Amino acid sequence: MSRLSERPEDGPAGRALPHESAALHVTGAALYTDDLIGRTPHVLHAHPVQSPHAHARVTDLRIAPAYDVPGVVRVLTAADVPGVNDAGVKGDEALFPTEVMYAGHAVCWVLGESLESARLGAAAVEVDYEPLPAVVGLREAIAAGSLQGGQPTVERGDVGAGLERSAHVFSGETEMAGQEHFYLETQCSLVHVDEAGQVFVQSSTQHPTETQVIVAQVLGVPRHAVTVQCLRMGGGFGGKEMQPHGYAAVAALGATLTGRPVRVRLTRAQDMTMTGKRHGFHAQWRVGFDADGRLQALDATLTSDGGWSLDLSEPVLARALCHVDNAYWIPHVRVHGRIAHTHKTSQTAFRGFGGPQGMLVIEDVLGRCAPLLGFDPAELRRRNFYTEGQSTPYGQPVRHPGRLRAAWDQVGVTAEVDRRRAEVAEFNATHTHTKRGLAMTPVKFGISFNFTAFNQAGALVHVYADGSVLVSHGGTEMGQGLHTKMLQVAASALGVPLERVRLAPTRTDKVPNTSATAASSGADLNGGAVKDACEQILTRLEEVRAGRHLTWEDTVREAYLSRVQLWAAGFYRTEGIEWDSTAMRGHPFKYFAYGVAACEVEVDGFTGAHRTRRVDIVHDVGDSLSPLVDLGQIEGGFVQGAGWLTLEDLRWDESNGSSRGRLLSASASTYKLPAWSEMPEELHVATLERAHEDGAIYGSKAVGEPPLMLALSVREALRDAVAAFGPERASVDLPSPATPEAVYWAVDRARRGEGGHVVVGAPGIQPEQPAPGHPPLRPRSEQHVGADA
Amino acid sequence: MTRSTAVTVNGALRPLAGFPVHTSLLDFLRGQGLTGAKEGCAEGECGACAVLVARPDGARSGWVALNACLVPAAAYDGQEVVTAEGIGGPERLHPVQREMAERGGSQCGYCTPGFVCSMAAEYYRPRRATAGSTDGVHSSTPFDVEALSGNLCRCTGYRPIRDAALALGAPDPADPLSSRLAAPAPAPAATLVSAPDGLFTRPTDLDEALTILADDPGATVVAGSTDWGVEVNLRGRRASSLVVVDRLDELREFELTDEAVTLGAALTLSELERLLAGRVPLLDEVWPQFASRLIRNGATLGGNLGTASPIGDTPPALLALEATLLLVSGRGEREVPLADFFTGYRRTLRERDELIRAARIPLPLSSVVCFHKVAKRRADDISSVAVALALDVGDGVVRRARIGLGGVAATPLRALATEGTLEGRPWTAETVLTAAEVLAAEGTPIDDVRASAAYRAAMLRNALLRLAVERGGLEVRPPTAGRSGGAT
Repeated sequence: MSRLSERPEDGPAGRALPHESAALHVTGAALYTDDLIGRTPHVLHAHPVQSPHAHARVTDLRIAPAYDVPGVVRVLTAADVPGVNDAGVKGDEALFPTEVMYAGHAVCWVLGESLESARLGAAAVEVDYEPLPAVVGLREAIAAGSLQGGQPTVERGDVGAGLERSAHVFSGETEMAGQEHFYLETQCSLVHVDEAGQVFVQSSTQHPTETQVIVAQVLGVPRHAVTVQCLRMGGGFGGKEMQPHGYAAVAALGATLTGRPVRVRLTRAQDMTMTGKRHGFHAQWRVGFDADGRLQALDATLTSDGGWSLDLSEPVLARALCHVDNAYWIPHVRVHGRIAHTHKTSQTAFRGFGGPQGMLVIEDVLGRCAPLLGFDPAELRRRNFYTEGQSTPYGQPVRHPGRLRAAWDQVGVTAEVDRRRAEVAEFNATHTHTKRGLAMTPVKFGISFNFTAFNQAGALVHVYADGSVLVSHGGTEMGQGLHTKMLQVAASALGVPLERVRLAPTRTDKVPNTSATAASSGADLNGGAVKDACEQILTRLEEVRAGRHLTWEDTVREAYLSRVQLWAAGFYRTEGIEWDSTAMRGHPFKYFAYGVAACEVEVDGFTGAHRTRRVDIVHDVGDSLSPLVDLGQIEGGFVQGAGWLTLEDLRWDESNGSSRGRLLSASASTYKLPAWSEMPEELHVATLERAHEDGAIYGSKAVGEPPLMLALSVREALRDAVAAFGPERASVDLPSPATPEAVYWAVDRARRGEGGHVVVGAPGIQPEQPAPGHPPLRPRSEQHVGADA
Repeated sequence: MTRSTAVTVNGALRPLAGFPVHTSLLDFLRGQGLTGAKEGCAEGECGACAVLVARPDGARSGWVALNACLVPAAAYDGQEVVTAEGIGGPERLHPVQREMAERGGSQCGYCTPGFVCSMAAEYYRPRRATAGSTDGVHSSTPFDVEALSGNLCRCTGYRPIRDAALALGAPDPADPLSSRLAAPAPAPAATLVSAPDGLFTRPTDLDEALTILADDPGATVVAGSTDWGVEVNLRGRRASSLVVVDRLDELREFELTDEAVTLGAALTLSELERLLAGRVPLLDEVWPQFASRLIRNGATLGGNLGTASPIGDTPPALLALEATLLLVSGRGEREVPLADFFTGYRRTLRERDELIRAARIPLPLSSVVCFHKVAKRRADDISSVAVALALDVGDGVVRRARIGLGGVAATPLRALATEGTLEGRPWTAETVLTAAEVLAAEGTPIDDVRASAAYRAAMLRNALLRLAVERGGLEVRPPTAGRSGGAT
């Protein structure tokens, strides 16, 4: 056991506690950024002027009419920007664009005494556009060669030889849609400037440091002139990792120009039409199996739909390529990745960060090939699991593969999979119009930012002379329970009751140069930093105690009187990781989180409507830091993943009409997320026993993202149910999302005895290979913090 | 006016003066520093804005949960509103709040105050303890979890919220929100607000309402505001004069005779559900599929008919029930068949100075009925297609067939060709398959964000097949689509 993972026995770490703000949540007392408006006198409200075109040149912008609207105070345009007119870190995200790149793109912003006056002012602004050709669909972009950014390849062995030696070769294509974050709280920033010109930004951001960086960049001031605070977020899910910066910059610009506080809060429609989403992906693949169903080779090309700018598309793609293997050993691999440039919102981080898309490809391959190989899909999956001593295609040894098998077997037993499979078969034999399906899928998800430098964190722990403790750390709270865990870590590390510790809001003037609260790493990184700070203080206090039995309060008082420092800055960096993003090789992840789900669904043959009858999950959270929080992450992640795969349906207008490129599902009434009715009727979640993680804080594992991918079991169960409408051993194609309509047509094809579109045998579909001289993933491309330096 | 307009919020009087008439109850509350209620979508889909309102329940009151984002604040003049802050505070958690907090019912917490209000409304529902109910999926429980159907949570996956709800016992009769229910709810106040953005009127009686409509060509009629609120919030619509009619007694008639059931236009869908108590089985199939409890608590029958949306859910059912509408104006009252009422996209026979007073359903009802709604989400979604069927089969022959459709044309409509194909024919698989093909060709379905035209046509066809299989004792299989059917 390492010092990092060693846990004091009687501390609160590991105890099942409610969210630290739960009492504030349920009483409406918890404050979110926009709740501060009523407490801020003289605040101005901002409203964007949004482009109706997906791609156009702005030929004229007449703002004067806006000033005729009562209450309009200021119109912000490019001419007002003292610094750099860019909301991103790669120089491709003009804050006030002269060329609009997607329908909804904000051309300028109007500030008003009320939101109504700002809205009417924005409507009065006159913009002339010269429409330009727009690329909207992903396939369209691929056909047109509309790409952006690097084109990395993960490669091991000799794919050609591997396929040649395979007893069975199949090829096909897989497509999946993106996903709207639909955090309940839309993007929001409130900025005021103090008497000394210090810019204070309150923002709903997962990445306060980067919000600070962009605000400073736009204002043309050093970073020390900008402070960013995030009280809490009403959900983030990756959607507030890069997306908040531009809106914070608009508010900051308005505040510096008017001297008044400025609020930018997007309406739901603005949020949906302006902010990035999960990347949709397209994949071409060729796969080889031996006679026993063992994977021999995988040749694939994945193309993500990046939207109009890069933001996080390159690291998302890198993670997708690093998760195409999921839990399976594939000796010969070549997975090539590309990012399409389309005139849509700039797709970005979303829980899983490419991992779900990569995993969907291999699970789709296995789900479609299993019937052609004559295998039960669950058996095909299991026999391809990694075993001890094997490594991933990018060269990282897979540690603890036995834990995945243990989880798989545990689900098999507790979910009574064999018995229920027989029940499903019996049900299907006796029902014509309704069929059930049952599937099991595994998850192996790498924990750490691929880009090594991000794997660092800071904390600031104050012990006041009365013995009370105030903890600041660089992570943000978006509902995932990070603050709860940090309280537990601090109290455990110091050996004090939880009540003695208070958590301060996340601020860039407390802990600088932080990484995004992302990649599930919040507790690992910040927990390490909090623990380090606490231990520094504790070491000094031990000297004060000098072996005597003193209470905490007496020790602290004596330390103060003895002039011993009672606060400490903690720091943590993940050891033992390295990554070469040009070669796409290395040991990028500290460890893998494992999980297994078994899911049973029922499909209505009249409509394609489906329901999730039962889900059984065994998930690996190491030694849980906070079991109630972890359970919430597992269940919530699963349902969110199921939403992506079976319900949530982003529709863009791909017609050639005047609304080409617009998001048609831009509201809660047209974009449906899982509601009460989508809750699995039975949901059994267990955490994996004996799962201590030696390399992480108190033996725990990260839990934010991995469970989302357990929802692939829903998709595979749907495939199983659809297959039951058709002849035996037919391969079933299932679109993603598998909405009722999509499932209905899949049932229709199955009933007609129409198999899927898997091509059997060589040469089949050859994944497109990069042209000579294609750009690699730039070595520093993931390094967005400090990119302007 | 001598009386100043004000809303009682969490027991304290909050003046309405100075607010534009288009201010939503949500913005009004947040403007008072009560920021527990949140805006998540501004169209009544997410429930983050839910609050409690005291509504009459016989001589007593009931706490009804509503979407505060959709309703004008002025409509709550003289009314009592309770927000999450008023239910309990961090140091004195209400049982609903305590269960939610302790069971992990909140993660990011943004949707939580809305959930707490919806849950509290059900917690205090007078008939809850004895009624018992089920959501059709989960086990029978005295807590009807359908009460939470209008609240979205993006974090938890709902299970802990369900557990919190099911853990609740009966309210302590002495708790203030409970004891309040023994007294009557506030009567609707006669309200007249004039603000720079328009005029707001809550007339005292029908005559006054009709006079305003006759005199003011710009008057916009609002009842539950679940449709109008979306227009205001999402499409920026404003009215020079709002006339709010949802509390007019004359529009709230409920009468059962041997000949007909009369349903007042201003009755909310939740009230109708309770008053009908299963007497019209076809409507019983509609209610759980109609939006959510939060919407049904505000939305009125007259509003759902009057907006004439082609995807409203009561029109297909009332068409199949051969309902008529009673339209009233200063010129008198007339009765028109619902089938004639819809004249075009969101256009009806209603004259500008008329109000829908009631809908009348003739008796007896058909014996075989089915409401078949197809949408992306299983509940709280807008119909891609809605089909209401009412058939009478006697001696193996279809005696009468009435079919109402939604989502397949610019208006709700009767499937007359299909009805003609069915009537007089033997109730056999052959008849059903023939009629189903006719049904599939009814209307003029389009491709849109909700569904493809091909899917809509298939769903029309399958609605009759499903009825035949599930309620008609026949065995038929959906024919598979030809090459044209369905994109992959």
